[in-house]
Amino acid sequence: MKNRIADNIPASEITPRELFYDRRRFMQMAAGASAAALFAPQIFAGEKLPAGSSSAYGLTDKLTPLEDVTRYNNYYEFGTGKEDPAKQAGSLKTRPWTLSVEGEAHKPQTFDIDDLLKLAPMEERIYRLRCVEAWSMVVPWIGFPLAALLKKVEPTANAKFVEFTTLHDPEQMPGQKTSVLEWPYREGLRIDEAMHPLTLLTFGLYGEMLPKQNGAPLRIVIPWKYGFKSAKAIVKIRLLEQQPVTSWMKAGPSEYGFYANVNPDVDHPRWSQAKERRIGEFLKRPTLPFNGYADQVAPLYAGMDLSKYF
Amino acid sequence: MKSTNDKVLAWLKPSVFLLALIPLAGLVTGAFQDTLGANPIEKITHNTGYWTLTFLLITLSATPLRQLSGWLWPIRLRRMLGLFAFFYACLHFLTYLVLDQFFDWPAILKDIVKRPYITIGFTAFVLLIPLALTSSNAMIRKLGGTRWRLLHRLIYPIAIAGVIHYSWLVKKDLTQPLIFAALLTLLLAARLPRRRQACLKPD
Repeated sequence: MKNRIADNIPASEITPRELFYDRRRFMQMAAGASAAALFAPQIFAGEKLPAGSSSAYGLTDKLTPLEDVTRYNNYYEFGTGKEDPAKQAGSLKTRPWTLSVEGEAHKPQTFDIDDLLKLAPMEERIYRLRCVEAWSMVVPWIGFPLAALLKKVEPTANAKFVEFTTLHDPEQMPGQKTSVLEWPYREGLRIDEAMHPLTLLTFGLYGEMLPKQNGAPLRIVIPWKYGFKSAKAIVKIRLLEQQPVTSWMKAGPSEYGFYANVNPDVDHPRWSQAKERRIGEFLKRPTLPFNGYADQVAPLYAGMDLSKYF
Repeated sequence: MKSTNDKVLAWLKPSVFLLALIPLAGLVTGAFQDTLGANPIEKITHNTGYWTLTFLLITLSATPLRQLSGWLWPIRLRRMLGLFAFFYACLHFLTYLVLDQFFDWPAILKDIVKRPYITIGFTAFVLLIPLALTSSNAMIRKLGGTRWRLLHRLIYPIAIAGVIHYSWLVKKDLTQPLIFAALLTLLLAARLPRRRQACLKPD
């Protein structure tokens, strides 16, 4: 009964942000960490993003604190250190922003970000996020299923795959001045994965618009795959007949496959994927097949050898 | 009468000792003030690893520095610097054992056998142990200079293994490991001309 109630409360309402920061500031002052208190919390641009919550996607897992979600990011466009994006993403301009949806579609279109925000009802979804580096978080995302957008452009019968492309502008994304990955960042899904109700076109987290270091103004979130599949700051979505080659597949074909489903039984060639450290916890926890979403997505891969299609 | 060298060492040795403890002090205060970021265990692991490699390189720079400058004190500091490399290597290994794996022996064993970067890193750590154990004057006397020097040449493969360990564990960005590799190459190359000269010169 308790859980049911908890499921229906959007995470943003559990602790108001101001209160959270007031408490935190108080504790910092009390601890004498005056230097830390000097930095005003400018995590969000301050734009709220109202959303209904869908109990179908409630989780009993404890949420990862906003502070950790926004200061520990893999986003090589803003540096390869995990604390770099929070420091460097300020140079990204998220308005004006357009998203072009093209390729194998009857009605290819370019959407303005403000129109996209109104395209379908916003939902809050609390998802586990499992990084390929064996750490994980629990994040209250806000968005709507990617399927809602794809249906608008009416994919043709040839549309077998979807490719996401991140903005390419080294002036705004200083990490692109080095060739650590092939830019622009590209990711992809099979069309049935892209149309799956769990696949979320994401605009916000913790009740507000996405912070820049988390993929503003829009990103994709695919909770049963390793985090790198979930492309950020997307400018283009292409519907394709052939499987696209993603940035990480080019960077390390033997280490990063197209599917990249979370799988405790298939290790990364250089480290184990059997366990993960949930940010904020001490002991590692076992990693779940498909990151705990096996009931919903395992049928997509029926009959496939998941150690071959890793 | 005290030589200039002794005078320099009298203040240099305790200063270097205190300086070498700064990385540890940074981690300890960071842990207490909760400023080690979202993943403190990862930060401690990376930090202690970084300082192990750094102290290995500083230790290896004693000989070239002495040759270039003619000063004697770098050699007199070398044992302490080497022991600090071992000290940070111990912290690095203990972080892995206790904080990262929490004594999950099967997982640790699997890591050592199956993961090349852990195999080579663990090997380097194990090889450091005899060097630390034979670092005392008494042990040098006991082993005799020739055998002792031969044993302590292990520092070269250890440092190389340490840098390889680092380069094999990073996901993609090799910048830092390559900086260590370049510095190590320089320090090893600095030893070559002397060897060649020594070979050419009839004794």
